[in-house]
Amino acid sequence: MSRPTLFALQVLVAVVCIVLWQVLSTVPVFGKILLPPFFFSNPLDVFSQIVKWFASGVIWKHLGITLAESILAFVIGSLGGVLVGFWFARQPLVAAVFDPYVKMVNALPRVVLAPIFALWLGLGIWSKVALGVTLVFFIVFFNVYQGVKEVSRTVLDNGRMLGMSERQLMQHVYWPSALSWMFSSLHTSVGFAVVGAVVGEYLGSAAGLGYLIQQAEGVFDVAGVFAGMFVLSAFVILIDYGVTLVERRLLVWRPTASDGRG
Amino acid sequence: MTTPTAVALEDAKVAFRLGDGRVYTAVEKAHLAVAQGEFVAIVGPTGCGKSTLLNVAAGLLKPAAGSVRIFDQPLAGLNREAGYLFQADALFPWKTALDNVAIGLEIKGTPRSESLPQARKWLTSVGLGAFANRYPHMLSGGQRKRVALAQVLIRDPKILLMDEPFGPLDAQTRQVMGNLLLDLWNADRKAVLFVTHDLEEAIALADRVVIMSAGPSSRIIGDWRVSLPRPRDIFEVRLDKEFHALHREIWSVLKDEVMKGYAQSTHAAEAV
Repeated sequence: MSRPTLFALQVLVAVVCIVLWQVLSTVPVFGKILLPPFFFSNPLDVFSQIVKWFASGVIWKHLGITLAESILAFVIGSLGGVLVGFWFARQPLVAAVFDPYVKMVNALPRVVLAPIFALWLGLGIWSKVALGVTLVFFIVFFNVYQGVKEVSRTVLDNGRMLGMSERQLMQHVYWPSALSWMFSSLHTSVGFAVVGAVVGEYLGSAAGLGYLIQQAEGVFDVAGVFAGMFVLSAFVILIDYGVTLVERRLLVWRPTASDGRG
Repeated sequence: MTTPTAVALEDAKVAFRLGDGRVYTAVEKAHLAVAQGEFVAIVGPTGCGKSTLLNVAAGLLKPAAGSVRIFDQPLAGLNREAGYLFQADALFPWKTALDNVAIGLEIKGTPRSESLPQARKWLTSVGLGAFANRYPHMLSGGQRKRVALAQVLIRDPKILLMDEPFGPLDAQTRQVMGNLLLDLWNADRKAVLFVTHDLEEAIALADRVVIMSAGPSSRIIGDWRVSLPRPRDIFEVRLDKEFHALHREIWSVLKDEVMKGYAQSTHAAEAV
């Protein structure tokens, strides 16, 4: 299928959905409105709410906060994941000792940690960052661990026979291998950084997209909830696009960079 | 003998401990010397431990008994005089062809301003001058072997260890690679230990062909000198009368071992 046709069809799906939503929530069918405005609002109201946010500039502050929390969660979680992943992979004894605890913490639904983080770190951005970190850390950690463990035996032997020292093996073999695994899960980990930030905001905060949605919900402002959701989706799609660009640049050497999404 | 011995395996025995505690002897008392400038091919049936023997010469494996001497020095740790060409893909997939070759020098601390032009020269001499910026996955199997060859040769090792390096390639590419190897080797005649299961390839390339018996506990059971004149062309040397005579002679010995090895591998499969 050609690109313009595909794009036209993609747009068509959105148009049909929005038109259906608008019609069903405003025009009575057999004397009854199928989507009551109180529960479903309607696309025009949602759209005007979004326009209002952007026109007044209110939204920028919230977007900025959520973005900052996501970036911090991603950076801190990734750094921790890379360091611990490397450490565990190179020290099997340490990995064996910590294995049950890693599994235990990873099995825990992270949402239940949010109240504790709010208690420890307050309602500012750091409790949200902490929640995001717990999500990002494990994805990066498992991937780096795997990446270091699964370095091809032959490539490693080749490095040794070429005369590489342990440090050079680290730099030229282990590190690139681990990074490639980490980058292949970039979409997931960036996504989880945003999830951590928004869920944290939703559960208790004074700013951010999660806060906006939670506030609207508190006063039964359904248009506001939907508007918040749409802004959030657009925000995530933009970030994801950025990740794709970074990935394309960094994983040129991989035969199927796009297949590696974790 | 006046030429020094590059690689000497003295009664080298290789054994592995199996999962159930038993000890599996792969190679029993191998005695083999490769003189400087000599091209020796080891031929044997599948699973006879010829690659194992090569790993011992490389220092990747420690012999269970016996010793390894490299230029009359006992080998401790990895063999620093040797370049190793692996059977499987061993290039760094995250480096371009050029960087893969240059790394051989950069490890020794050569600055990039020196290593890159050298790497470019080596890529050209293996016929890949135009592919410097390709990553390994963008190259064919034969091209990857050429890069691997350049990666090893740029370090100018005194000994070349090759583990069925052209095994995964198709028949024509193998012959082309064989000729390329002979051309490069002719320039400075390093000591070569070349493992293969292909007797024709062994005779066409080597000065000496060594035959190993079927495993386990395989031994060296034959050692033939190949006196075909050099420089050789692999396509033509196969038509030579002497080549045929030698091939017939060695094959009569090797054939029994191949049958034994085959019987054992099918037997083992039935036992499982």
